[in-house]
Amino acid sequence: MSEHTVPADLSGHMLDLDEDEDLEVFSKSTSLADGSSMPNSPSSMVNQYRLEEDDEEQQNGNTKDIFITVDNPESHVTAIETFIMYRVLTKTTRSEFDSCEYEVHRRYQDFLWLRSKLEENYPTLIIHPLPEKFVMKGMVERFSNDFIETRRKALHRFLNKISEHPILSYNQHFKVFLTAQELAPHRKQSAGFLSRMGETVRAVANSVRGLSSRPEEFTLMQEYLENFSNKICSVNKVTQRVIKEQREYLDELKQYSPTYVQWAGLEGELAEPLKDVASCVERCSKETEEQIQHLSQVLLPILHEYVLCGETLKMQVEVDGLADRVEMANNALKGDWSHWQNSMRTDLKSAFISTAEKNVEYYEKCLAVWELFLLSQRVEPRKELDEEDVS
Amino acid sequence: MMADSGSSEEIAVIGNTDLISDESENNLINTMVERETALLRKMEINVTEAEKRSGKNTVNMQETYTVYLIETRPAETVPEGGTPAVPDTLWRRYSEFELLRTYLLVTYPYIIIPPLPEKRAEFVWHKLSADNLDPDFVERRRVGLENFLLRVASHPVLSNDKIFFRFLTEEKGWREAVLETGFQDKVDSRLKSLSAMFRVKNPDKRFTALKQYSDELNTVISHLLRVRARVADRLYGVYKVHGNYGRVFSEWSAIEKEMGDGLQSAGHHMDTYAASIDDILEEEEHYADQVKEYLFYTDAVRSVCRKHELSQYDLEMAAQDLAYKKQQKEELATGIVRVFSLKGMTSKLFGQESQEQREIRLAALEQSIQEGEETVKEKNAECQEFVRTAWEDIERFKEQKDKDLREALISYAVVQISMCKKGIQVWSNAKECFSKM
Repeated sequence: MSEHTVPADLSGHMLDLDEDEDLEVFSKSTSLADGSSMPNSPSSMVNQYRLEEDDEEQQNGNTKDIFITVDNPESHVTAIETFIMYRVLTKTTRSEFDSCEYEVHRRYQDFLWLRSKLEENYPTLIIHPLPEKFVMKGMVERFSNDFIETRRKALHRFLNKISEHPILSYNQHFKVFLTAQELAPHRKQSAGFLSRMGETVRAVANSVRGLSSRPEEFTLMQEYLENFSNKICSVNKVTQRVIKEQREYLDELKQYSPTYVQWAGLEGELAEPLKDVASCVERCSKETEEQIQHLSQVLLPILHEYVLCGETLKMQVEVDGLADRVEMANNALKGDWSHWQNSMRTDLKSAFISTAEKNVEYYEKCLAVWELFLLSQRVEPRKELDEEDVS
Repeated sequence: MMADSGSSEEIAVIGNTDLISDESENNLINTMVERETALLRKMEINVTEAEKRSGKNTVNMQETYTVYLIETRPAETVPEGGTPAVPDTLWRRYSEFELLRTYLLVTYPYIIIPPLPEKRAEFVWHKLSADNLDPDFVERRRVGLENFLLRVASHPVLSNDKIFFRFLTEEKGWREAVLETGFQDKVDSRLKSLSAMFRVKNPDKRFTALKQYSDELNTVISHLLRVRARVADRLYGVYKVHGNYGRVFSEWSAIEKEMGDGLQSAGHHMDTYAASIDDILEEEEHYADQVKEYLFYTDAVRSVCRKHELSQYDLEMAAQDLAYKKQQKEELATGIVRVFSLKGMTSKLFGQESQEQREIRLAALEQSIQEGEETVKEKNAECQEFVRTAWEDIERFKEQKDKDLREALISYAVVQISMCKKGIQVWSNAKECFSKM
């Protein structure tokens, strides 16, 4: 789909630039939820990519030639306001970039700007959502560490989604976002006007929309989106509920271990096994805590993003009602649609797998704790008595 | 009971981490039978069934109650391929068990009498019914009653009691027989008042310590059972919520092409996961029952301590009484009044009594003193005997308690292990399904 190809052998290309030494100095960034880490040098980038086998990239037939990270949230205080600046690091081998790497600092507003420009320029394409401006539920402190970290991860994912998109990735505004030290001068151009324009267009489209001019495919897509949106919302809610129940379970568990310790204080021979049970319960508490963290930090954010995706997409599909752009929209959106579906499948699949793995790990750790207790009581685990014993 | 197991191997080892609840129950019972008494060498005892009955009670009101079937059979090994002997059976209701226990309490005041299972369900987590007629509660009570009978039958002293034997073997007429023993007359009403404090000057320090331990144990176990019930409640919530994943994944899979199969089958595993908590918590309930038994035991221990206090108090009172009488005699003999007495005062006011009168009084006092000395000797012997026999039983009890509770903790670990293994299986399966998405 892309018109840009990357030379298969980069090593010769890179040696010309003579920047290997500088890049070695670059420290590895903090590990990210999606597991990708910054390559140390341009030539190692390709090798690293091949080792990781990102199937999405293989699908596109492209090797990944741009790597973006969002990290280092820092508080900035001015006379008027306080906000967070995130560091955006880009490493790329693309020829349209003057340099191989860029370090810029961006705030949330800048991301909003970028997204609105992309929406403007490509009203028919699917653009990944940004994390929300405010978090209504749960009364999270605006600058709490959890909130900032969650947002940082979402912003990181956002930029990566854009960079993985065959069309969006080559957008001018995207390049400016990644490279310009000062974004403000670029932002001043026409931002407000065109986005308001965009809204008007959408409003007109909605009123003009007629079922007769609507191709079958779009009806199906809209139906699917409606259902998908519902289901992903439900999964999100269930996950929130699981987390809530787990937290309440953990609270009770924390009170449980001390009761065994208290009892041990009264006993002679029984004191040791009682204390052992207490420490087993405590150990399992810690594992439960980690499990909850994993759910909140890995599964929930992805689900949340796709809830936002669903909402955004439902709106976008309605835009296609514009009669004179239907032809163009058909093709661009269809291609983008399958790209999005694959992306969605990959993301959700990997999040669910990660959750399942974490749960297996949780139970394995707890199992070890209790088996150790049994051994310490000098009780040997026996072989199965009957075949019908369920393990 | 052992014949019931069907397996030719001994079941006694508790180390099998895949133990299911019936087996761990058997293990506890087998442990008791190991301490063989003459009674258990003769017969096997089971409480096998429970049935609802209705009838008119003493105030002619219609009531529904549950009766339990006690089965006894000779404890001979059944030959290979042979059928076990047909058991003798009779039905008893809970109140009859209570009567038996009260009889034992009074007749063997120095013995820690095994407790009955609770009359009403306490420390329940919300899904477990607190209704006395609920089949699960009835079932757990059946097990508890069997446990009680076996505890008594394996006790070196209690197992020889005739009334107990008749309880197991004579359906009709047992009630009359118990009442005929006149045990109710021996009930010291002072024991009923829990708050009554006896100012005992020289209690045996071991009993004081034991009473304190028993009270503290009662508090700590109550607390533990309450927290455990809350933990169980919460865990239930966690598992059941996952059932929603099952439903949503199933619905979602209907609209997806590539992801459909993976989602659908993952959803089934989520349902399995949600359903698995019921069995897990039922197994855990057995552990709670084992701990609960010792909670109720603390009442029996406390009871023995109180009886010691009472007997010590009676002894001290008798000794005090004797000492007073001796003093009176001394005063009468020497004429020196050390202690104020009305008689002394009146004799001072109304003139000395005659020599004859004095001698009559002295003689009466002598008599009284002799009787008093007898009483003190008796009470002293009683007290010492009580302390000796009680302490023997207490040592036996302590050993039993440490062993049983250690095994209970082990069975708790076994339940946790079973839960973890099930969890690993379900989530591994789910992961495989997700991989196919």
